[in-house]
Amino acid sequence: MDRQIVLSDLNACYASIEIARDPNLRGKPVAVCGSVEERHGIILAKSDLAKQAGIKTGMVRWQAMLLCPNLITVPPNIELYRRVTNRVREIYSDYSNLRDDFSIDESWIDLTGTCRIGKEVRLVHEIRERLKAETGLTASMGLSWNRIFAKIGSDIAGPDAVAEITRDNMKDVVWPLPADVMMGVGRATKRKLNDMGIETIGELAAANPDFLKRRFGKNGTVLYAFANGIDTTPIRAEGTGPPVKSIGNSTTTSRDMVNDEDVRIVLMTLAESVGMRLREERFKGYVVEFALRTTDLRWLIHQRKIKRPTNTTWDILEVGFQLYKEVRTLPLRSIGIRVSTLVSADEPEQMNLFENEIKNDNQRAIDRAVDTIREAYGFHSIQRGLTRLDEKLGTLNAREENVTFARF
Amino acid sequence: MQRIYVDISVDYSKDGTMMPAAIKWEDGYRYEIDRVLDVRRAASAAGSMGVRYTVRIMGQERRLFFEDTYSETGKPRWFVESAIPSS
Repeated sequence: MDRQIVLSDLNACYASIEIARDPNLRGKPVAVCGSVEERHGIILAKSDLAKQAGIKTGMVRWQAMLLCPNLITVPPNIELYRRVTNRVREIYSDYSNLRDDFSIDESWIDLTGTCRIGKEVRLVHEIRERLKAETGLTASMGLSWNRIFAKIGSDIAGPDAVAEITRDNMKDVVWPLPADVMMGVGRATKRKLNDMGIETIGELAAANPDFLKRRFGKNGTVLYAFANGIDTTPIRAEGTGPPVKSIGNSTTTSRDMVNDEDVRIVLMTLAESVGMRLREERFKGYVVEFALRTTDLRWLIHQRKIKRPTNTTWDILEVGFQLYKEVRTLPLRSIGIRVSTLVSADEPEQMNLFENEIKNDNQRAIDRAVDTIREAYGFHSIQRGLTRLDEKLGTLNAREENVTFARF
Repeated sequence: MQRIYVDISVDYSKDGTMMPAAIKWEDGYRYEIDRVLDVRRAASAAGSMGVRYTVRIMGQERRLFFEDTYSETGKPRWFVESAIPSS
């Protein structure tokens, strides 16, 4: 029997939450926009009206204001969005315990076996209605027998609506769409496909799989399967998410970093937050990755495998700074650091004859002490001297503000 | 339509069910809730959302919200939907 999978995508999630909170914003172009003073002044989300005025996510605030002078911008309130989207997920949980959260506002829900066969569309509409009544938010929902087409369904459904893609209608609905509508086809893949004369999902589905495999490697087989609606990836039961693959953090500073010391100060705060997360989750990692963004907004990433896995703030800082020195460019707008290839922190370690083990032990003791103090009295209760050299650069509460987990 | 945050007296039953018992209005007057007619999660027309208690007070139906998700203070609060602007 085919599965019944829904992708629910909240419409203009952040902006809608702001409007749901303050009815005075209804019927006005609204955008959630980072703080201009701290130079995060880009559009993070926009309401339908703002979208119609041509506002795009990622635009700088002044560009947006030129396009739409009566645009109302509100500062982001991530904590609130998380609370509301958790509430939304609780509603999904009333229908199935099989759910994968693709992002903060998109979830796959596996409804297989939760209602009588043939009644699934009605059930999806019920979820959509409940969502609207209980949270004031609307969603685009796609229903299909696989995740890929469910996602396409939600993309074509329009706001507050459901699109069902069945084996009968997929040839008419999905296959004429351009290939890059499908998950897994990004800009580069689309260009390559176009060079091969493949424009639509249907053409991709009809292509020779061996040919695709030669051109794209393993990914070619995946693309072929996706285009044909073949996808057997199970939707995981709640609370059994895939293991964390890496822990990282990045920040855009309130002024450009112009010398090595600036970079070191910011890197210190980032290393502290990443180290703290690693220790909290009981991981250590083999690979340290340093990312920088220049003032023309281009990212550059440099990484290295280290001999022994680590989670100490000091190691992360030192390796990160070494990586920075190897690719040194100034001035910088943003930097980030990430630790991956994680293993359990409890895994035994081979000591090294030529390394100062006492120093390593001391670093671990410092981290433990700092973590304990911070847990009891808050992040800012104890600071590294380095971060006090420049108050503005050093005061990012990285732990609470920006920690990201990547699961890929 | 707007939200008026109010002080509330709540009855808790042995099994943990929470029911509003009386509203203390801005002017200090205490209105007993005669009956709770309906309880469900809902978004409010005055913005925000929460657990909505449709209640009867002195023959009048009012909608009372336990605002657990949107609360700006971080703690759940109660509000009444009101068509009259706050003084």
